[in-house]
Amino acid sequence: METVTLQNIVKTYNNGSVKAVDDVSFTVKEGELFGLIGPDGAGKTSIFRILTTVLLADKGQASVAGFDVVKDYKEIRASVGYMPGKFSLYQDLTVLENLNFFATVFGTTIEENYELIKDIYDQIKPFNNRRAGKLSGGMKQKLALCCALIHKPKVLLLDEPTTGVDVVSRKEFWEMLKTLKRQGITILVSTPYMDEATLCERIALIQDGKIMTVDAPENIMKAYPTKLYAARSREIYRLLLDYRSDEAIESSYAFGEYLHITLHNKVHDGLSKLNEIAEKKGHVEIQVKEIKATIEDSFIRLMGEKEAKV
Amino acid sequence: MKVLRFILQKEFRQIFRDKSILVMMFAMPMIQLVVLPLAMDFDIKSINLSIVDNDHSSYSQKLVSKISSSGYFNIISVDPNYQQAIKHIEKEEADVVMEIPPNFERNLVRAGKQQLSVYADAINGTKAGIGSGYLNMVIADFNNEVDFNIQKINANNTNQGGAIEIRQRSWFNPLEEYKFNIVPAVLVLLLTLIGGFMTTLNIVREKEIGTIEQINVTPIKKWQFISGKLIPFWIIGMIIFTVGLGVCSFVYDIYPKGSLWLLYAFAFIYLIAVLGLGLLISTYSDNQVQAMFVAFFFMMIFMLMSGFFTATDSMPHWARVFSNLTPVTHFVKVVRMIILKSSGFSDVKMEFLYLIGFAGLLNGWAIWNYKKTS
Repeated sequence: METVTLQNIVKTYNNGSVKAVDDVSFTVKEGELFGLIGPDGAGKTSIFRILTTVLLADKGQASVAGFDVVKDYKEIRASVGYMPGKFSLYQDLTVLENLNFFATVFGTTIEENYELIKDIYDQIKPFNNRRAGKLSGGMKQKLALCCALIHKPKVLLLDEPTTGVDVVSRKEFWEMLKTLKRQGITILVSTPYMDEATLCERIALIQDGKIMTVDAPENIMKAYPTKLYAARSREIYRLLLDYRSDEAIESSYAFGEYLHITLHNKVHDGLSKLNEIAEKKGHVEIQVKEIKATIEDSFIRLMGEKEAKV
Repeated sequence: MKVLRFILQKEFRQIFRDKSILVMMFAMPMIQLVVLPLAMDFDIKSINLSIVDNDHSSYSQKLVSKISSSGYFNIISVDPNYQQAIKHIEKEEADVVMEIPPNFERNLVRAGKQQLSVYADAINGTKAGIGSGYLNMVIADFNNEVDFNIQKINANNTNQGGAIEIRQRSWFNPLEEYKFNIVPAVLVLLLTLIGGFMTTLNIVREKEIGTIEQINVTPIKKWQFISGKLIPFWIIGMIIFTVGLGVCSFVYDIYPKGSLWLLYAFAFIYLIAVLGLGLLISTYSDNQVQAMFVAFFFMMIFMLMSGFFTATDSMPHWARVFSNLTPVTHFVKVVRMIILKSSGFSDVKMEFLYLIGFAGLLNGWAIWNYKKTS
């Protein structure tokens, strides 16, 4: 069963001159952990705001938990937990006051749904009387998640929850999401970090307001159409330029401490071809290997294909 | 209702937690009420006067001593001629120059009349006007005495016409003290500031911090959120009004002469109107700078157009119409009427209707424009 559906959603700003969301359709199944992956400005937040009923789409239909975002906005507001990208709790209220406030607003109490937030809340409980503004980044985020969960929502919408959070807290956060998923909550999460994509069950890659692909992350990686190579030498930037200037090479881009390279189809032995180019240009300490594509590679490739089409 | 109670509890918590705002909210009114009326005094007591006496007669001496003993004038110089006297005005040392012409006494006694020249520095219009006005009064007074002397000499042949004597009496403010005019007005200003600025900034702050985003996706209803914002400031406004009335009585001995109930009824409605204005501004602004600027703009207009400083009756017609379109005008008028004049409800009925109209209009507009969806 689909819990979140979007059909041909279009949203423009500045009287149509900026297309933030361009004909987006995808569905999130019940109990799924779904990731919306894309760089800043891809339209993720606009999609979230449409789903949380605070933004009206220009065209298209969307529903959350079986309710239409325009007609049944009241029901959606009661059954959705939303965590905006920017910390949006009352900084001058304490942890406990914030939690109490949001519980009451949703017509419930902390005790009623304590089970759901227990694991997360226990970590910030020692700071119950500290003002939210004085919490660390990771703590703020846990509090925000507690507040979003306090009314036992069917769907959890998390807009870039891990942006600006340290690596350890990010890891913890994804663990929490998995625990929540086990309790049957449908989670739609957005992130600009490609490495987090593999933590989701299914993802949608989004760029410039358009969905490029929707699938399980493994499938997306498997669907990478050609062989991918990684290479490095002592002068990595010169190597990049040298590869780019060679006509046998389809694409070459920096990826961490390696270059990722794809070759045109006609080249058979990619490894030796790459070695050969590098040696000819006088590189030393050359390393070339064949690798599996990551989500980021897929993203870059899809982005390139999209641009080629335009 | 439970939700509203919780929202109110949260709002009060936030207000009381921000100590500097809290102190300002209560200290500012008190300071304004104590300091402003003392500082803003339109009774001009010391007018600097330069005198050019070209006559040096006993009459001119009498006139000068009469002027100096009137208590309003500071004679800063006695100059030999007009050119030197006017220098004092140019240097801003003197406000008014009076020139007594040669043969002042002789002409007065012989011809029974003589002209005097008075020059005023009109850069400070009020001071010049009031200064030369005072001077005219003193000279007129002197004139009567002169007449009396001359009458004695020419007792037989004067053809004295019937004199109309004007006796002036100032009602409701017998000594024409400025404080009676300004203190009630400052009280109004306080309510306006609290109601207008505080609500505006409070709501816009939620927008700026982003908390409104989180609130918007909750089932909180529009009226609950808005009442949650208005009620606390309404209560604080009423408390400040009460404290302000206390200051009026203790510091200035100005007790409301009319019904306290009526006064509070007006404050009640007026605050709702001003809160509505604050709410309206906040729905149109995205950040505190914008809101502050717009609120300040309105505040300036209110202060200058509402009869706070200048009487609305002396404004040009269009300005009076405009002035009637601000709620402050009506409240200033009513507060003065009730406090000083003991006006009853029937006297201020129109103002009551005006204020109810403003309260309804501003709040209605604000609620209509407040959206949870963008």
